[in-house]
Amino acid sequence: MPRWDYAPAPEATDIVTVKDTYGLFIGGEEVEPLSGDYFKTINPATEEVLAAIPEAGLEDIEAAVAAARKAAGTWAAIAPADRAKYLFRIARAMQERQRELAVLETMNGGKPIKESRDIDVPLAGAHFFYYAGWADKLEFAFPGRNAEPLGVCAQVIPWNFPLLMLAWKIAPALATGNTVVLKPAETTPLTALLFAQICHQAGLPAGVVNIVTGAGETGAALVNHPGVDKVAFTGSTEVGKQIQRSLAGSGKHLSLELGGKAANIVFADAPLDQAVEGIVNGIFFNQGHVCCAGSRLLLQESIATRVVSKLKRRLSTLRLGDPLDKNTDIGAINSRAQLDKIKELVGVGVDEGAELYQAPCELPEHGFWFPPTVFTGVSQSHRIAQEEIFGPVLSVLTFRTEDEAVEKANNTPYGLSAGVWTDKGSRILWMADRLKAGVVWANTFNRFDPASPFGGFKESGFGREGGRHGLEPYVRLT
Amino acid sequence: MTRAVSEGPGIVERIGGSVDAVGVEQRAAALGTRSIKKEAKLLGLDLAIRCCDLTTLEGADSPGKIAQLASKAIRPAPTDPSIPHVAALCIYPRLVAPAVAALGDSGVAVASVAGGFPSGQAPLDHRLAEIEAAVSDGAGEIDIVISRGALLAGDQDAVYEEVSRAREACGSAHLKVILETGELASYDRIRCASLVAMAAGADFIKTSTGKISLASTHPTAVVMAEAIRDFAEATSRAVGLKVAGGIKTAKEALRYLVIVNETLGEEWLDPDRFRIGASSVLNDILMQIDKQRSGVYSDPDRYTKD
Repeated sequence: MPRWDYAPAPEATDIVTVKDTYGLFIGGEEVEPLSGDYFKTINPATEEVLAAIPEAGLEDIEAAVAAARKAAGTWAAIAPADRAKYLFRIARAMQERQRELAVLETMNGGKPIKESRDIDVPLAGAHFFYYAGWADKLEFAFPGRNAEPLGVCAQVIPWNFPLLMLAWKIAPALATGNTVVLKPAETTPLTALLFAQICHQAGLPAGVVNIVTGAGETGAALVNHPGVDKVAFTGSTEVGKQIQRSLAGSGKHLSLELGGKAANIVFADAPLDQAVEGIVNGIFFNQGHVCCAGSRLLLQESIATRVVSKLKRRLSTLRLGDPLDKNTDIGAINSRAQLDKIKELVGVGVDEGAELYQAPCELPEHGFWFPPTVFTGVSQSHRIAQEEIFGPVLSVLTFRTEDEAVEKANNTPYGLSAGVWTDKGSRILWMADRLKAGVVWANTFNRFDPASPFGGFKESGFGREGGRHGLEPYVRLT
Repeated sequence: MTRAVSEGPGIVERIGGSVDAVGVEQRAAALGTRSIKKEAKLLGLDLAIRCCDLTTLEGADSPGKIAQLASKAIRPAPTDPSIPHVAALCIYPRLVAPAVAALGDSGVAVASVAGGFPSGQAPLDHRLAEIEAAVSDGAGEIDIVISRGALLAGDQDAVYEEVSRAREACGSAHLKVILETGELASYDRIRCASLVAMAAGADFIKTSTGKISLASTHPTAVVMAEAIRDFAEATSRAVGLKVAGGIKTAKEALRYLVIVNETLGEEWLDPDRFRIGASSVLNDILMQIDKQRSGVYSDPDRYTKD
């Protein structure tokens, strides 16, 4: 029989209308930037230009913060049940338009359509539904206390989950009566701008949500604006530290969700085939552009060879290519800059003497691509075991005992997530008690739910998003 | 396909392993989202026919019914020479002789259930005698069912013993061992039963008899395929997988092909290593092939019903 290659199964893009030029979303309207500057946003899978996006300057930030300030009083004062209605309306509109959102997310960010369709967009909608439910129940979230909104929130989000991170930021802020100015990442602004249309469609009062686009300077101008009461940032540890330094003494509230170098720990008694799926999902999900990615695989020595062989075999079935194809498992790297960073760190891994394995796959000619990569023979003292690569690159280490596994897992500046694979329930609990990570997954990895809090220890940040805990960074308790 | 020799019971423990139910169900669901289109769909549907064990296991089966079904097995679409014949005709032992006569040298194998199918509760001697009778009547493949009660009671050795004896009774015929996974009730037990059956000399392991309501499921197929893969790695012997029970549509058949393709690899996309046991899937496959070629669905009465 000839090879059974799956024929291309591309998702149609005609549901999406991409405008040539976008405006900023300020005070409920799409406005041209006062700065007069624009930059191009592209499809990282083809390098094709999609649209011109405003580069918001100081005056634009001024206007956006002023609009949010103006709306803050009324938004905080309306009946909580009415606030909930707006959030439910947004959530429903996101569901109704989920194919449109998914296709646009994939076009602008390079992630596989099956992921934006099955994970990002449904979860983003679920977040709005979840926090809509809290809006009129805050007295139950904080019994005996009074939860007041903080005011104007400046929110800066990354490019790895553009719409989902928007939802994580905006939904709890609005539910608790705050207004927001949100800046999406420079490379992935389009779903945020489509979300602006959804706010309009939902009849959200003008100024409650404002969206400004731009690069690092725009973000810095936003978080440093004196009219901002609260800053929420998700992104690199380096930028997070800059923000924390610049906010020191300003009285602004701050929550940070930063980098990670999670350990995915597999014990000899683990269900190995499912562990291999979890390893793959842990590091190759979203091309490894995941702050909680399981980028360090810790294998118990007795099964290391067997698991690595199963893993290599599994890698050969991963389908890399057109992100819009429904059968694609691995999409494009988000930007040239990120691709360069991944290449540099992989080069370091090779120089340091780790053994490189890359899945056999053809890379498309245009766009930014990197094959699924596994380094074996890695030690804690290798840079690839310490630094966040934020790409499809796995470092494999081994351990002998539970204590050694915990010691290695915790031996990192980060503390965002960890995974434990074992058939023994008591060992899961024992490990979870000792792992310094905000999330510990047991016999699974990279699972998210709006009801479950997410956030880090150490240099992975502070503050929680999701769940009842996710309300706390947006309220003043009296 | 060469006749299996048993590897001995020690291999079961050596391969071992456990299954996480949540994980395997997620994996099966993820494989279910594969979108099989155009040429890939045509190739898959052609393969599904070639891997089909066309089955009739009714108390009312008669020599006449078998002759008609044999004709369908040889020529699923009498006016379309591009459609291949199925892999085998799967029937009760009493009807092996008329099936052998009707199928002649068409290339369609005669597969007989035996060994007290579907309960497997007859005394071992009777079960073995039934296998021998079916083989001596000309069956080239024998489908037996394991003693689920023994496995559930923790007596793996009894299952190993009965499959080994069945293996001997088969002589040169191929042995397919049905686990009746719906009665084993856990993926760990399904994995264990798969390994025991393979170790005792099964040529194929098969999900279900089709006689209970809980038949083949996608996660079950993934678990069995993973066991086959681990067994092949440990012993260098490739055992086949047969899914059966409740498979009525071309779409379902394609989903199982995707599971086999991505778990075991394309070497398993062959009637020697993969079978679909079904009584009514053929016409839907034929209809989907015509739809793929012409763009429109044909009248169901254009497909022969035997």
